[in-house]
Amino acid sequence: MSNPQEPLIRIRDLSKSYQRGGQDIPVLLDIQLDVQAGDFVALMGPSGSGKSTLLNLIAGIDQPTSGRIEIGGVDIATLSEGQLADWRARNVGFIFQFYNLLPVLTAFENVELPLLLTGLSARQRREHTLAALAMVKLEDRMDHYPNELSGGQQQRVAIARALVSDPTLIVADEPTGDLDRHTGEEVLGLLDELNRKLGKTIVMVTHDPKAAARARRMVHLEKGVLVDEAPDLLTGKT
Amino acid sequence: MFILKLLLKNAFRHKLRTTLTMVGLVVAICAFGLLRTIVDAWYAGVEGSSSTRLVTRSAISLTFPLPLNYGQRIKSVEGVSGISWSNWFGGVYITERNFFPQFAVDPTTYLALYPEFRLSDAERLAFMRDRQGVIVGRKLADKFGWKVGDQIPLRGTIYPGTWTFNLRGIWDGAEAKTDESQLLMHWSYLNETVRKLYPKRADAVGVYIVGINEPQNAALISQRVDELFKNSLAETLTETESAFQLSFVSMSEAILVAINAVSLIIVVIIMAVMANTMTMTARERLAEYATLKALGFAPSFVVKLLFGESLLIALIGGGLGLLLTLPLAAGFASAVGTLFPSFHVSGLTMGLQVVAALVVGLVAAAWPAWKMSRIDIVQGLRHVA
Repeated sequence: MSNPQEPLIRIRDLSKSYQRGGQDIPVLLDIQLDVQAGDFVALMGPSGSGKSTLLNLIAGIDQPTSGRIEIGGVDIATLSEGQLADWRARNVGFIFQFYNLLPVLTAFENVELPLLLTGLSARQRREHTLAALAMVKLEDRMDHYPNELSGGQQQRVAIARALVSDPTLIVADEPTGDLDRHTGEEVLGLLDELNRKLGKTIVMVTHDPKAAARARRMVHLEKGVLVDEAPDLLTGKT
Repeated sequence: MFILKLLLKNAFRHKLRTTLTMVGLVVAICAFGLLRTIVDAWYAGVEGSSSTRLVTRSAISLTFPLPLNYGQRIKSVEGVSGISWSNWFGGVYITERNFFPQFAVDPTTYLALYPEFRLSDAERLAFMRDRQGVIVGRKLADKFGWKVGDQIPLRGTIYPGTWTFNLRGIWDGAEAKTDESQLLMHWSYLNETVRKLYPKRADAVGVYIVGINEPQNAALISQRVDELFKNSLAETLTETESAFQLSFVSMSEAILVAINAVSLIIVVIIMAVMANTMTMTARERLAEYATLKALGFAPSFVVKLLFGESLLIALIGGGLGLLLTLPLAAGFASAVGTLFPSFHVSGLTMGLQVVAALVVGLVAAAWPAWKMSRIDIVQGLRHVA
């Protein structure tokens, strides 16, 4: 998808503002950020700092007011709604705080969902889905509906759904926000595994410093501005 | 396949809500079908009429009789292939509630003009031989449990006195629309009695039934017949049998318009109920639709889900309503007896019921589908949080 020398995500002069009651409310101001392929980045900051907005822009589910977001060399800010939907289907895996599984579908069917947008046959879809469920150790619960699973298990199904189509990028919005510490640790361990073993690029929003510590790199936002970047936890580089 | 599975699961996610919506649809589609069948039944006489028959009556009013000697003169008109006549008897069988049409007819000529009244040769002969004999339609016989050989007493209202007739035959209609609710008696028997009791009323005919071979000449033949009696004491008005029947229906035109309007209003009401259900459904699933869009599903997928679910509910409810219409119509027909000569749910009505269910399904999903296809993903995802 991209040149190994180039960052997977290149954000330049990115600004985002919302219109509320006729007023222009800035949320992100002049953001510059590069994320290398295979990186695991934690976006941190207080509520209202713009970290979720930045994640949404990177994931292609929101549009910037100005600036560029190049992912794998594609400026997604210039894509139409339809092109963006196709791009997301091919390149992004989503993990949400509240799992966002479809309650009428089993764990298997939820994981299979993104594959319906690919040209895979039913047999191929089944193989991929079972492999993804095996990765999160939920093969034995594949016929269970979300309300028959614990929060941690639901989040693991969501992780399987995020990785089943082998996306370039996984975005996680507070993935442990609705889980107890122990279950949260399990989920973070899983993300860590995806990053280290499968080389998946992960961008994660979190409030929790302990969760952020599992990332290779931390980025801090305050009032829509990138204030500092913590040293790379593995290499010590900034 | 997957989308069908998802549609089914979504449709029955709230079982009570879906069931109540379907019950509403069943009632609405069934009521729509029944009301339309009532209107159809009103027009059954018109539909059952033949294009090879004309009716000649007094130009002043149907209540004014025509002289018996008109028959021979009408028969001589070019294009006329047969002639018969009938008088409205207007008798009461036990009570006024047991209303059914009774006509005094000339049996040989009348049955020749009405081949759709199917009677066995033996019964036909028995009827011809017995001047006090009558024949009735199957529906009428079934209603009162009459059998051939029974005696039927009628209290005359136009022709006073109690008249006792012998049932000599029961005819079956050649088609479903054939009237099986009438009683036919001998005109000669009636006329003979009237001549004795009220000589001035004898030899009078209510209407002439004129047989023609070429329906396309109906207007011309009607004109010829009426010209024959122009400036006479009893001028005539000749029209096709369907126009004659339609003149009765037009008397209750306002009621029919009202019934048609009510049947449409019922469909509109269920459309509003269904639209409300689909709007509630869409609002509840806002986050799910946002998730699907985030995963890369196009807005058209969300549109398909909503239209599919709405159509599925509408077609199941509509289908059950249609199926229920048939026994209900039969029950209704049995309850009202011979009020309608024919009461059948037509193919057109069933087709319209399906169309009504489809329209309800489509219209109900239109607004939520449009709205959900345009939801902002970020706002939609926040709906959960």
